[in-house]
Amino acid sequence: MMNSLEQLEMETKEIKNEVLLGKPNLEVFSATMQKLAETDRGIMAVTSDSRGSGKLVPFGQKFPEQIVEVGIAEQNLVGVATGLAAMGKKAFAVSPACFLTARSLEQIKNDVCYSDNPVKLIGISAGVSYGALGSTHHSLHDYAVLRAINNITIVAPADNFETEAAIRSAAEMETPVYIRFGKKAMPQNLGSIDFEFGKGRVLKEGSDLTFVATGEGVWPAYQAALKLEEEGIHATVLSIHTIKPLDTGLIEKFASNGQPILTVEEHSVNGGLGEAVASHLFQNGFRNKFKIVGLPDDHTVHGSQVEIFDHYGISEEGLTKTAIELLK
Amino acid sequence: MTAKELKDKSIELRRKTLEIIYNAKAGHTGGSLSIMDILNVLYNRIMNVSPENFNDANRDRYIQSKGHSVEALYTVLADRGFFPEEDLMTLCQYQSPYIGHPTKGVNGMEQNTGGLGHGLPICCGNALAAKKDNSGVKVYTVLGDGEMAEGSNWEAMMFAAHYKLDNLCAILDYNKLQITGSNAEVMGLEPVAKKLEAFGWAVKEVDGHDYDALIETFESLPFEEGKPSFVIAHTVKGKGVSFMENNIKWHHGVPSAEQMEMAREELLIKEEV
Ligand SMILES: Cc1ncc(C[n+]2csc(CCOP(=O)(O)OP(=O)(O)O)c2C)c(N)n1
Ligand SMILES: [Mg+2]
Repeated sequence: MMNSLEQLEMETKEIKNEVLLGKPNLEVFSATMQKLAETDRGIMAVTSDSRGSGKLVPFGQKFPEQIVEVGIAEQNLVGVATGLAAMGKKAFAVSPACFLTARSLEQIKNDVCYSDNPVKLIGISAGVSYGALGSTHHSLHDYAVLRAINNITIVAPADNFETEAAIRSAAEMETPVYIRFGKKAMPQNLGSIDFEFGKGRVLKEGSDLTFVATGEGVWPAYQAALKLEEEGIHATVLSIHTIKPLDTGLIEKFASNGQPILTVEEHSVNGGLGEAVASHLFQNGFRNKFKIVGLPDDHTVHGSQVEIFDHYGISEEGLTKTAIELLK
Repeated sequence: MTAKELKDKSIELRRKTLEIIYNAKAGHTGGSLSIMDILNVLYNRIMNVSPENFNDANRDRYIQSKGHSVEALYTVLADRGFFPEEDLMTLCQYQSPYIGHPTKGVNGMEQNTGGLGHGLPICCGNALAAKKDNSGVKVYTVLGDGEMAEGSNWEAMMFAAHYKLDNLCAILDYNKLQITGSNAEVMGLEPVAKKLEAFGWAVKEVDGHDYDALIETFESLPFEEGKPSFVIAHTVKGKGVSFMENNIKWHHGVPSAEQMEMAREELLIKEEV
């Protein structure tokens, strides 16, 4: 039997171009929370029977005074986190993204955003991470609903580096922020070590088309770009970890060559990153060919996260095909 | 202030609240009049909060969960010196910070409320933080009886009892009416005291317009060590103006010129008594 280290090395080798497979972003989140809590007693994790899913059990054991359990009560989760934040605590409300951004949406809108309390909303197992558990557990609406609420930064880190940087930045933020990620292993770092909310990362540059991707849609876009390279097609890959505020400057810069743009996200095609980018570019005179890849406005197919991604073409193969189509 | 002084003040506060509603041609009249005495006692006798200490982290906190009765709160805050009374003549006007629900844009307001069922969860977070910091801060909220149908309140009630938040005091403005009709018609709340007790709260019932009783009740907080306190304040919606009392028409009814004159006269007579 292979031990897990060997297995990891094997998997790592399979990833082309020296991209090292890392941990699930979820684990990076919980490890970062621990590091932060060691030196900052104000860090609070607020959970709704979600500390296991949030990988926060060791955090809770190590910092029992810094974890607040609210039970399965997501409205109260956000209300309590608001009350803690209003008293100066760095409150992280941690709950599956599907419940956090639907069941407690009014608390997010009123108590956090409108009332300007710097709560850090952490949507775990986001998008279709829960796979075959079905649509009750999917969050394919969160960017859309939160984009329509003012005073919130919306973040979906692509890799381990972005996740740690996002959690660290969130701890210092004085305005509301929502960060969502999944539980499947992601690359350690697909790009440089620069990170700032609202500033996209250029992971690869090429002049034939641009992938504008976010969250766990970035990696397949990156893989597709490498594949296209083999066919002589040079693609840019942007990781737009911050969906709001959108890095319009960076997007315009890469749109200005007039080449096609392909957006990729683990979200409904309605109201997410793709529409945000399209809206900005169209209103500013750009007329590039444009394709939004995400989950269609339909009941989601049943399967694992990978199977769902494959089904809707959020994969190396699917995105390669879509890119070639778009270039025709 | 003494019970007598507070009681005398309440007549003036009621008149001023009606004046700003009359001037704005908008407001939640009935529910403002029903909580007036509670707010008067909290701000002028019980809570450690004033314009001078409002930026002090150790001030007591009041979050009005039934945000719609903001006119009573505006009147009490102005009277307490948080902002000039004349400001309230801009109530609900274009670009005025004094809108129809509490917002932090107004000095003295802790949180923006207006959606029912939001105050108590936030107060739970406040009270828990105060416990962790050993700050001695006390946290107060007023809920409407119709508002009690919101599930979030019951989530928060479980939480407050679980965490033994005896620095938290929730007050039920039990005027028995909501918009459509009485609680009993719209959504029965009884036996509310038993429900609150079953949720782990220490409960006291009080006449929400009796100053001696209100003072005595609030001065006996916490009712039980290790338990959050719920004050069931029996009130009259529209209290103080005979034709507004116990009438759902005055939930957000605005007095006409004639009605305003009648209300002024009634309150004047009370002042002279
Ligand atoms: C979540 C939510 N639903 C509905 C309303 C509209 N609304 C405002 S006041 C009110 C009635 C409140 O009745 P009650 O709690 O008894 O208040 P009071 O009698 O003290 O005015 C309603 C339904 C609201 N503000 N928030
Ligand atoms: Mg009522």
